[in-house]
Amino acid sequence: MAQGTGQPELDVQASRAAADPMAVVAPGHTLASVSDKIGSIVLTQRTPRTWWVGFAIAFALVMLLNYAITWLLVIGVGIWGINVPIAWGFAIVNFVWWIGIGHAGTLISAILLLLHQKWRTSINRFAEAMTLFAVACAGMFPLLHLGRPWFFYWLLPYPNTMLLWPQWRSPLIWDVFAVMTYFTVSLVFWYVGLIPDLATMRDRAGRGGRVVYGVLAMGWRGAAEHWRRYESLYLLLAGLATPLVVSVHTVVSFDFSIAILPGWHSTIFPPYFVAGAIFSGFAMVLSIAIPVRAFYKLEDFITLRHLQNMAKITLVTGLMVAYGYLMEAFMAWYSGDLFEQYSQTNRMLGPYAWTYWLLIACNVVTPQLLWSNYVRSSPWILLPIALIINLGMWTERYVIVVVSLHRDFLPSSWGMYHGTQWDWMTLVGSIGLFLCLFILFIRFLPMISMSEVRKLVTEEGRHSCSPEDGRHSCLPEESRHSCLPEEGTRSSPPDEKGNSQ
Amino acid sequence: MTKRHDKPMNLEAIRSRLASARGEEYWRCLEELADAEELEEFVARRCLPGQPSLGRDPLSRRRFLALMAASLGLAGLTGCILQPPTETIVPYVRAPEEMILGKPLFFATTMTLGGDAVGLLVESHEGRPTKVEGNPLHPASSGATDALAQASVLCLYDPDRSQTVLFRGQIRAWDDALEAIATGVAAQREKQGAGLRLLTETVTSPTLGSQIQKLLELHPRAKWHQYEPAGRDMAYRGRHIAPDLLPGEDVDTHYRFDRAERILSLDADFLATGPGHLRYARDFTAGRRLSAGSSKAERKGLNRLYMVQSTPTITGAKADHLWPLPASRIEAFARAVAVRLDRQFRARAPSDFSEIPAVVLDEIAADLGAVGDSSLVIAGEEQPPAVHALAHAMNHLLDNVGQTVIYTDPIEARPEDQIASLGQLVEDMHRGLVDMLVILGGNPVFTAPADFRFGDRLLAKTSSGKSKVPLRIHLSQYVDETSARCDWHLPETHYLEMWSDARAYDGTASIVQPLVAPLYAGKCAHEVLAALAGEPQRPGYDLVRSHWRRVWEKERLAQPGAGAAERDFLSLRDFGSLTEAEREDAFARFWRTALHDGIVAGTALAPKTVSLRKDWAERLGVGEAPAQSVGITSSATSAARQEPRPPGAASDTLEIVFRPDPTLFDGRFANNGWLQELPKPLTRLTWGNAALMSPATAKRLGLASEPSGHGGEHGEAMVDVVELRYRGATLEAPILPIPGQPDDTVTLHLGHGRTMAGSVGNGVGASAYLLRTSTAPWFDAGVEIRKTGKQYPLACVQYHHSMAGREPVLTGTVHEDDEGRRSIAIHRKPSAPEVRMPSVSLYPEGEHPYNAGYKWGMAIDLTACTGCGACVAACQAENNSPVVGKEQVLRGREMHWIRVDRYYEGPSENPKTFFQPVPCMQCENAPCELVCPVAATAHSAEGLNDMVYNRCVGTRYCSNNCPYKVRRFNFLQFADCATPSLKLMRNPDVTVRSRGVMEKCTYCVQRITEARIRADKEADQQRRPTIRDGEIVTACQAACPAEAIVFGDLNDPESRVSKWKALEAGGAALNYALLAELNTRPRTTYLAALRNPNLKIT
Repeated sequence: MAQGTGQPELDVQASRAAADPMAVVAPGHTLASVSDKIGSIVLTQRTPRTWWVGFAIAFALVMLLNYAITWLLVIGVGIWGINVPIAWGFAIVNFVWWIGIGHAGTLISAILLLLHQKWRTSINRFAEAMTLFAVACAGMFPLLHLGRPWFFYWLLPYPNTMLLWPQWRSPLIWDVFAVMTYFTVSLVFWYVGLIPDLATMRDRAGRGGRVVYGVLAMGWRGAAEHWRRYESLYLLLAGLATPLVVSVHTVVSFDFSIAILPGWHSTIFPPYFVAGAIFSGFAMVLSIAIPVRAFYKLEDFITLRHLQNMAKITLVTGLMVAYGYLMEAFMAWYSGDLFEQYSQTNRMLGPYAWTYWLLIACNVVTPQLLWSNYVRSSPWILLPIALIINLGMWTERYVIVVVSLHRDFLPSSWGMYHGTQWDWMTLVGSIGLFLCLFILFIRFLPMISMSEVRKLVTEEGRHSCSPEDGRHSCLPEESRHSCLPEEGTRSSPPDEKGNSQ
Repeated sequence: MTKRHDKPMNLEAIRSRLASARGEEYWRCLEELADAEELEEFVARRCLPGQPSLGRDPLSRRRFLALMAASLGLAGLTGCILQPPTETIVPYVRAPEEMILGKPLFFATTMTLGGDAVGLLVESHEGRPTKVEGNPLHPASSGATDALAQASVLCLYDPDRSQTVLFRGQIRAWDDALEAIATGVAAQREKQGAGLRLLTETVTSPTLGSQIQKLLELHPRAKWHQYEPAGRDMAYRGRHIAPDLLPGEDVDTHYRFDRAERILSLDADFLATGPGHLRYARDFTAGRRLSAGSSKAERKGLNRLYMVQSTPTITGAKADHLWPLPASRIEAFARAVAVRLDRQFRARAPSDFSEIPAVVLDEIAADLGAVGDSSLVIAGEEQPPAVHALAHAMNHLLDNVGQTVIYTDPIEARPEDQIASLGQLVEDMHRGLVDMLVILGGNPVFTAPADFRFGDRLLAKTSSGKSKVPLRIHLSQYVDETSARCDWHLPETHYLEMWSDARAYDGTASIVQPLVAPLYAGKCAHEVLAALAGEPQRPGYDLVRSHWRRVWEKERLAQPGAGAAERDFLSLRDFGSLTEAEREDAFARFWRTALHDGIVAGTALAPKTVSLRKDWAERLGVGEAPAQSVGITSSATSAARQEPRPPGAASDTLEIVFRPDPTLFDGRFANNGWLQELPKPLTRLTWGNAALMSPATAKRLGLASEPSGHGGEHGEAMVDVVELRYRGATLEAPILPIPGQPDDTVTLHLGHGRTMAGSVGNGVGASAYLLRTSTAPWFDAGVEIRKTGKQYPLACVQYHHSMAGREPVLTGTVHEDDEGRRSIAIHRKPSAPEVRMPSVSLYPEGEHPYNAGYKWGMAIDLTACTGCGACVAACQAENNSPVVGKEQVLRGREMHWIRVDRYYEGPSENPKTFFQPVPCMQCENAPCELVCPVAATAHSAEGLNDMVYNRCVGTRYCSNNCPYKVRRFNFLQFADCATPSLKLMRNPDVTVRSRGVMEKCTYCVQRITEARIRADKEADQQRRPTIRDGEIVTACQAACPAEAIVFGDLNDPESRVSKWKALEAGGAALNYALLAELNTRPRTTYLAALRNPNLKIT
């Protein structure tokens, strides 16, 4: 096994990466070293103690979530702080927040793929995973927030004896479809992208892992035909996922903009929500990538270039979001509508003014630091910025949901809202669930797409190919596989990996 | 097993088996019996009448469910014993033989409060009284009810009600109590009852009055005391100052608001409390109604109300001119007006009143005088005797007597100064003269003036350690504070389960007839009195009926042929010549009519001529301090008692004002969840009281002038807690700054802070009785306020005062010139969108025309609405709305389908107050429907916005999208489905909603449906084509004393609601839709809130 050789090599590469901050992959990597480094995290390295600590914490939070949900189902949504007029609270805030976070993955995978942005390759895998886990967390909330969650299936158009269908004019129905579609496509996209890597894992794993990865790899042999089909399917899925990136949060924004409530009823919501979603998604990718990159010493693959690019996208979407805030305020004033004007003034000066100014500080002021090249290339400055943006985006949803509802048309019904301990437990628990899934993911699946990085290495390294290292690293690994005489046998040994047998 | 089911129950077999059992066999036989299938069937049938007999399989689902039901039924001892009373009772609209299961019957009965009777029609579903309506034939009701009457049904089914006779906390049989009474009375016989004392609440029941009279004749030295905490002592004392009464003579006053054009209220909250308030509210609002159907308003001008008040009241909210004054300054105001009416008085009573400019006072006096005999001056029950005397004098001076002010004989069996009466009792108790004290109703330990220390006196012991009052008996519906200090507690019947009678404000007598046999085997006061008089077994029915038989016979002998019901029968012959059987027959007709109508015809008291004393001006002159302190001075009263300080003496102290609570009254309704949760009209508080003070005073005292902390709006209002010190007593209470409260005064409502009210009312609020003394029962200067630094959350459903620049309530003023031409100015803000019911739709017009069939709509007249909250209570009773409790109200989760919003306009020292009842608007273009993902809220063909509870999954999006926020959500399992007695109370026509379901006003769709079924049935019989206008009355509409709500078919141009909506008066359209600019096209619309100010007073 490779424990002995892996570590020093990585250190060398880290220093190399630092030497060329704009590289997508640190120079000097070969096809084998890519698979080695990435695969070893799952297969050969000992599970670090800190992983167990992280997992234990995350799992404890999942248990907290479990507790909160159990009590919710036993007692009812009254354990939360919601009331009339603020009938939606943390659950919807969390839902929109998680859905927003779930945007980065598919954007990176699909849109950047279509745009031939090569740098996406080393972050797309875990960004996609993050998307899935975020959407899973998000999807939980609309169900839990129902007064009678056991009837959630009434929102689905299923044949029934009462011939009742959902009420198609309600954006909540659109939501069901948008989120379900998004989750399905994201899952398929992620899984399809995983198949070549799963095959690599199968080939390198021990006895038990071989079976599991083998089943998941669905007989992938790296044949040219496989690759042809894979590429076209992947491209198709990217094409399919691309409009979804835009549509999901557009539909989520309809949950608000269809209503007549001042503060919700706004035509700017769809683009503003999408921009906000990407904004928060990239912030979340940054928040995860930076610690993971440091922890697993993946600076070779997640280079400063990646961080730079993500920071730039964050900055751009942050500016779009800021424009949204500005336009909301402008349109409220320009409309001449008393209720709209009051709603905006109340956000800025009412009892919840601190939330509004917090969101401005987090989402508008903080991202301005990203104009600086120094900041963009300093991971440990980027991380707090990303976390602040995540907080800001949660606050934004709080402002939209709660602050709009708390003072609407008739002053007699104005009210206040405060999350209870159960609200907080559910929020923290959902973060725990997200982390738990993610921690399991990095332990059991390659968090960086090996096949794509190898392709990158091939393309980048075409001119620096050195025959003396004894491995035919100039060729893409799989294409070389396909030339092997043993082609077609599932158990063909990966010849570049003598030490793996 | 199935064979066993078919076998008839063989009781004979069981009996014979038992009979044959002998000696040692006995035990064995009993075991065998326990297995016997006959016995099992017998038990099963007894517990579950009408149920099929049970199988013996222990795992059978049916058996399990049946046993569950049986155990629940037995738990409350109600499931098996619910039955109508054994005596004949007479339904109002349908005869018993027509009783159809599922069809309610209505019975006329009477509820009393502080002796004041209100006639009711009570809906009964298969023997369960479920809903109270007003009796249109009864003068005090004219079809209306107040919130207290609406909520009285809950008192009947209250599981906390006393269920057994108790002797010092131990359960006893009724016979034991009777024996104790008999022994006690027997001991008194030799002493001519010298040690016997009877303490009752105000008695207006003719039967009870005559029973007590008889008892006093039997025991000449026994004494009868009356005490009512919210009683009318001040009025009693006042009418012995100015009106010219013979010694021992007394009168009662009632008012004809239907004839009054100019009204001056001296702190009188006549729309909310006191005898006749429902009728007064109806007459008063009719006199200012511009809406169709009010001929009075066309004949005369609109009435105008001038008012001074010491604490905000709903009457003050309706006043055209209002001045907040400290209670102690009302008298000076009354004097200042009186001197302007009478030159002679002016010389004697130079006015020192300067709070209101003299020109304004001149104008008030001139305006009162200008309408001839159609003015009215009315003094508040809480005002001192001098103010009552001044009101009497002014009414005489203005020629109002006989016109708007009617004097009659008193309606009470024996009017008296009750505080003095109770003081006498306490004195006697202290001196050890009382051997046997019988307290019939009331809760004097809790409500008696603090300086009487009534509770201590009850338990006082002589120096030899013997009890000073050896035998104490208390008849009460609850084991309350007084019961705990008495030897015997007797469970009292609720008015819906007993026979009695009572007089209304004008003397009209009506019979209290029970709708249900006593749930807990209680007894009524009549029966206890009969026991005292040596007739322990006489039922209340017999006592009441025989009393009326005597009265009837006496009357018929004096005036043969009188009485409408039995006239045909009697006109044949002279009454005296009838045989006993014929008389009985004639009386049966009379009795049946009285029960059916809910009033005894011709019992209204005749007007009396009462003149003013010749020396009234001297007696009321300044400096003579007329009869202010009728309190008793003896060793019995507390040493803490002091002379009342001159008003406003010390600047660091405030004037304290006591008032009966708008929902709990004197505290008797403290265990009624509906009333605890009913927002009080002005403060909008639920679950507790607060010391009310003006924001300026709060600020001056260094207290928060607005609630702070978390809430402050809908739900929780975090306020400061203060300590009130008054005459040696201290009380901690939260304060609530309220606009319109006079500066440097603090108002406390009575009835809160009960310790033994029951599981609902214990410990809610602060007890004002702790500070209330016999010398100053209603107000006094000299309460010190100390900050405690603590804070307390009040459950306030609407703290926000202003309309925040919006126009939820459209206001206007009426101006009538000297020729009677009327012009109306509607006050619209310049910024307001001038949108009148726009009809903007993407869909082609005619998509939902609603022009075929019925088109239900509602109009609410904000000029009429007094904000009393009867509609809220009625809606809760009709629609099975749950009580959620203080914790949930604090979170803004109350479940009332209709709420009465309150807004202020103008300065906080003296704002104009507006009320706006808000039910579901039933929008044609309903925002809620569009957003429901499962179509749980949908439109009916008649335009109703229906809510399908079964389909609701609880996304609550509809509530978010409702601009009126009238939807209510069951955040938790609010409906109590576990308490058996509460199940009996529910309206079977309305679903009991479960957790997680949205609900809202349905326009009482069950009543619409019932009317439709009835109309369809009659249409089939070619009797009529449609539902007639006025046939459907929603619960809120039925209860409303002000007739502010009208409901009907908008497709019928002749319907009242159509006419109201089309109403244009004085060149202005009065009808407007709330938030019309949102294009929701609400079916519920409002008529602008108009006032009729005197333009000469600015």
